[in-house]
Amino acid sequence: MSGIGVVVFPGSNCEHDMVWALEALGAETHLVWHRDTDLSGLDGVVLPGGFAHGDYLRTGAIARFSPVMAPVAEMAESGKPVVGICNGFQILCEAQILAGALIANRDLRFICRPVEIEVVDTDTVLTSAAEPGAVLTIPLNSYEGQHCDPDGTARVVARYVEDVNGSQNLAAAVANARGNVVGIMPHPERASEEILGSADGRILLESLVASSVGSRT
Amino acid sequence: MNVELAPEEDALTEEPGENPVDSDEDLLHRRLGLTDDEYERILDILGRPPRPAELAMYSVMWSEHCSYKSSRLHLRRFPTEAPWVVVGPGENAGVIDIGDGWLAAFRIESHNHPSFVEPYQGAATGVGGILRDVFTMGARPIALWDQIRFGPLEEAHNRYLFSGVVSGIAGYGNAVGVPTVGGEVAFEKCYSGNPLVNVMCLGVLRREQLVLGTAGAPGTVAVLLGAATGRDGIGGASVLASASFDEAAGAKRPAVQVGDPFEEKKLIEACLELYERNLVVGVQDLGAAGLSCAVSEPAARAGAGMRVELDRVHVREPNMTAAELLMSESQERMMAFVSPALVDAVLAVAARWEIDASVVGEVTSDTALVVTYSGETVAEVPAASLTEEAPLYDRPLGEPSWIEDLWSNSLTHMTQPALATALLRLLDDPSLASSAWVYEQFDHMLFLNTVVGPGNDGNLLRIKGTDKALAVSTDGNGRLCHLDPRRGGALIVYEAALNVAMTGAQPRGLVDNLNFGNPEKPEVMWQFSQVVDGISEACAALGIPVVGGNVSFYNETDGIDIYPTPVVGLVGLVEPVPVTPPRLSRATAGMDLWLAGPGGSINLAGSAYEQVTFGHVGGRPSAPDGTMARAAISLGQTLVQEGLSPALHDVSDGGLAVTVAEIAIASEVGVTVDYTDWRHLFSEEPHRFVFAAEVSNRRRISEAAQAARIPAERIGSFDGTDITFRREGARAVLDLATASATCRSALSRRLA
Amino acid sequence: MKVTVHIERRPVIADPEGATIARSLADLGYDDVSTVRTGRTFHLEVVGDDPEHIRKRVTEMCETLLANPVIEDYEVAVEP
Repeated sequence: MSGIGVVVFPGSNCEHDMVWALEALGAETHLVWHRDTDLSGLDGVVLPGGFAHGDYLRTGAIARFSPVMAPVAEMAESGKPVVGICNGFQILCEAQILAGALIANRDLRFICRPVEIEVVDTDTVLTSAAEPGAVLTIPLNSYEGQHCDPDGTARVVARYVEDVNGSQNLAAAVANARGNVVGIMPHPERASEEILGSADGRILLESLVASSVGSRT
Repeated sequence: MNVELAPEEDALTEEPGENPVDSDEDLLHRRLGLTDDEYERILDILGRPPRPAELAMYSVMWSEHCSYKSSRLHLRRFPTEAPWVVVGPGENAGVIDIGDGWLAAFRIESHNHPSFVEPYQGAATGVGGILRDVFTMGARPIALWDQIRFGPLEEAHNRYLFSGVVSGIAGYGNAVGVPTVGGEVAFEKCYSGNPLVNVMCLGVLRREQLVLGTAGAPGTVAVLLGAATGRDGIGGASVLASASFDEAAGAKRPAVQVGDPFEEKKLIEACLELYERNLVVGVQDLGAAGLSCAVSEPAARAGAGMRVELDRVHVREPNMTAAELLMSESQERMMAFVSPALVDAVLAVAARWEIDASVVGEVTSDTALVVTYSGETVAEVPAASLTEEAPLYDRPLGEPSWIEDLWSNSLTHMTQPALATALLRLLDDPSLASSAWVYEQFDHMLFLNTVVGPGNDGNLLRIKGTDKALAVSTDGNGRLCHLDPRRGGALIVYEAALNVAMTGAQPRGLVDNLNFGNPEKPEVMWQFSQVVDGISEACAALGIPVVGGNVSFYNETDGIDIYPTPVVGLVGLVEPVPVTPPRLSRATAGMDLWLAGPGGSINLAGSAYEQVTFGHVGGRPSAPDGTMARAAISLGQTLVQEGLSPALHDVSDGGLAVTVAEIAIASEVGVTVDYTDWRHLFSEEPHRFVFAAEVSNRRRISEAAQAARIPAERIGSFDGTDITFRREGARAVLDLATASATCRSALSRRLA
Repeated sequence: MKVTVHIERRPVIADPEGATIARSLADLGYDDVSTVRTGRTFHLEVVGDDPEHIRKRVTEMCETLLANPVIEDYEVAVEP
């Protein structure tokens, strides 16, 4: 098994969208059930958006204990690309693989609309193909989308151009120190075709595909 | 739950029964909501007094909600046939063929009363219920629409209901993972004590995956899937005071049903796997009337009987009675009918998706529904007697005495207002203003199908792996139907069809949600009958079959009925998907502004202008014109399919002025409109639409309009940063920034 | 005075969140947990020194805002 794994938790809902968008870029993808523990051979893994385990207790709080999270943590440790989008970002924070936490939006309302983000760090698996300073229009779709980082240790990869949800440092995406684990709140797969209104997210997915291929040993 | 169109030959017609005045109010059947005549009928069917659990089943299955006993007679007048109809009214959802082995399944349903009692959970469980109706058919639900109506936002309780309903739809719809891509929000005094919450769902499936709600051959096993059964929503208030159901303490009040989108999501995925692997014979969801419905309807459809063991139902609470188990409306449950050899495979699928499942019964070769509990037979009734033999009422109709007065009550001698101020006031009206505050709380993009999303006339959803797209518009207009239910009923169908055409699509099928007052009042039944005729006439004129629907009566508070408020959901098909899908936001500076449609007549009856400016509701709306409707639809389709216009918008609420302003606001470009009579700017006469087009397309557009036999003229152009109305030398100017800010903040300002 | 208000769904009302958490605890080996009910706790500081009056006021607050009596029960504890 090679290619990019897309993890399916009970309650995930963006897994097929992610597969669609990655395969449009020529990537090989595999859906991985949350009880699977063998990710050997995969070049990278995506935790997609949705409401894993209903988002009950706290978003990501139950999902972080799913059996698949142990090998995901190992992949993160080994330097392979691990990307969490929206709910996936929340799970990576809850699992303490990424710094900070995601709490309810400042206005306590779900936000589903395209927003502008500025790429401020291109040395990560999700942004390597983007130009520094590039401004991308990508749909946001979250209730718990406000990133807070009490210790101030998060490495911000992309910022909201306007303050949409109260995130500290306007963080829309953050990475680990090595840049191989990235969490992003807006959904790049929803901005991967002009017919849907924007193709700005492709550059991010292209970065992920290239990084995954590059991570093969 | 759907038994609205029972086979005619099995239905009996009779006058509704009246309880004698000196009645003993303690009689159990009355407290369950059954009339004395209905009780007599049960005695006739059984030849003996019913057991408590049997009476409970009849009371829920013969309720207005489940049996459509007041409406069925009228619903038969809907045209329901077309070569592409696969499943018409009577199943859980209507299904049409959209070519190349693909089918579309859709349904609309109301959750008005539950949303009034508890807005968040009422709206949430409404979403859950309509999803089950659609995935019961074998379809993957791909989108939802919400038609919601409330009293004025000036009242705190209406604000509470409105924001609760919006949160409930968002909370459930977003989490269950089905996008809510459109709908309509309206505010009117008559909905103050009685909000309307109607939800439509659309699903797609391959033809070979179609599943019906039938129990199959004798020996087939009934497997109950999903949430555990508790005392949720049992039978409504009338039941719960009953001594017979008092055995468990603390359960007297009807419990509000609580939705669990996570359970529903798992249930959807599990069921779709069952269909894909061909593991089930039939499926029925558990909605209103719960288990009673889920065992009787499929058995009746199969012409079979069923044996059910209540001890095997997985429960959430101890000590439930048989009646409670049979009537519970616990959410997120499905009944699958499975061949004995495949039961283990079905249970394994349930286990993999982490949902509970229990084998609760078996189809039998006779026609009796036999229910046992703790070793005792608690019910033994003919399965079909609960469904097909439910009472059917021909309730008296009476034209309201006030209707003629209403028609003659037209506003006359109106003088031209300050146009910019009049327009701004309309754009600030919550029913006309931007509903972005609502739809931006809904995930409307999931599945990457939303080609034309909320904020446009119709929505367009592509079907991945094909070159097809489905267009949907949901429409209602209580004010027009109040003024003339027949014309109003027709007008909403024409509006929906034109909206669908604004995305390039051809109308293919319609579902309706008929929200009315108390059917025991002759004028309400008259309104109902007139609306059914109006919808039927328009559908017939356009060749659109009605494939399903829902009726909600008793929408009244303190004896005051709501406006008759039918809502329609129209599905259209376009192939190929337009390369540049039209959106209101696609007009650009330099483009012409065109108006297509019959010119000449002006009628402000029922218009938003009269309502918002003068608080006036009177006069009689114009009669629609089927020929002109077809011409407008045809021209709209041509303009989109040939790429002649990137932005089209039908003229409806608020008239031409609001319609044009909405394009300008969405496209962030100014517009100048030439007019001759100011009333033309606010009239809502039907079959008209405006569109933006490049100057270079003028000749082709004129030819297309001629071919479609419909007038079309240039009435202005896009440019600058103002909305300008121009006549002779005079100009009225509203700057776009003000218009836009007012329109976008109208809801949020009132909720702050 | 300090007042604690605890709000929970009425026992007959489903609590999907509690049920999901119970299932997850069992998955993690805590299979000795048979039921989980979720709730919310509010800590209020209320001006005044008559506990009964304060209890009455806070009960009223529960009925109007803090709880939804249609689906929730509440408990008011006034600290001495």
